[in-house]
Amino acid sequence: MSLTPATRMGASIALATGLYGISFGALSVAAGLSVWQTQALSALMFTGGSQFAFIGTLAGGGPAAVAAASLLGLRNAIYGAQLNATFRPTGIRRLAFAQLTIDESVATTFAQDDPAERRRGFWTAGAGVFLAWNLFTLLGALLGDRLGDPRAWGLDGAAVAAFLGLLWPRIQAREPVGIAVVAAFATLLAVPALPPGVPLLVAAAAAAGVSAWLHRGHRQGSR
Amino acid sequence: MTLWGWVLAASAIAFATKLAGYLLPAHWLERDEVARTTAAMTIGLLASLITLNAVTSGRSLVLDSRLLALVAAALALKAKAPFLAVVIVGAATAGLARLAGLP
Repeated sequence: MSLTPATRMGASIALATGLYGISFGALSVAAGLSVWQTQALSALMFTGGSQFAFIGTLAGGGPAAVAAASLLGLRNAIYGAQLNATFRPTGIRRLAFAQLTIDESVATTFAQDDPAERRRGFWTAGAGVFLAWNLFTLLGALLGDRLGDPRAWGLDGAAVAAFLGLLWPRIQAREPVGIAVVAAFATLLAVPALPPGVPLLVAAAAAAGVSAWLHRGHRQGSR
Repeated sequence: MTLWGWVLAASAIAFATKLAGYLLPAHWLERDEVARTTAAMTIGLLASLITLNAVTSGRSLVLDSRLLALVAAALALKAKAPFLAVVIVGAATAGLARLAGLP
């Protein structure tokens, strides 16, 4: 198989994200999920941020975990609309497109200009991440049992780093940095006062509020 | 509801959310206010997740090796390291700090 820029990018993203699945698998088992429940999240939910949010807030109860995961997955609706405008899938293909709609497949798609390359990018990144993510989730979940505490291996540090890696490209201007800082402080204030899961919602509301306040009275942004 | 129930419910909502994007009218999502608010919420959620994962445990604030991992990851990103390298730097920093006896 010859590699095009889109397939090369998709494959390397699949590998990077996949390896990070070890961290998810191990942390999920440590959070009290079985190997099969962990695998179900990677195969069915298949949106990394939401999966980490689910296992991270599970201590606060099922509803909090579902709320945190669902709220964090809202951006996938936006991605779906963008991909729909680009690929216009119909019928059953829509379901495959929907399931593979994640940060990585969207990023790879829109990093290309040529329509055929965009399509190759979407499928390579989407299917590639799906396979690698599930494989490494299983590995992490199985190893996690044996490793004992995944913190000894720094896997909780990997989660922190990965979230920062996802945020980084979005905070290259003053306004988003301000929004991120406000959201972080809102989280710090909310954590001791509110049940687990709720601080995430407070931060999202604070971010939306700051954005609305910055843009009050005029339609165009300051960027 | 059992843990399996919550896992499947959250997974169903995640899929429905993705699918909804393929059914929503694109012009509505392209409205300035909607696009701006969703972008801000994504930033807010990620910043909150970083905070939760770096310095909290349950309902308490905790300073431990994870904060060092965050700083190391930021330095790696500043040096334009690729995503995979950033994740490895984060894991290695937390792992080594714990090996050195830090909490």
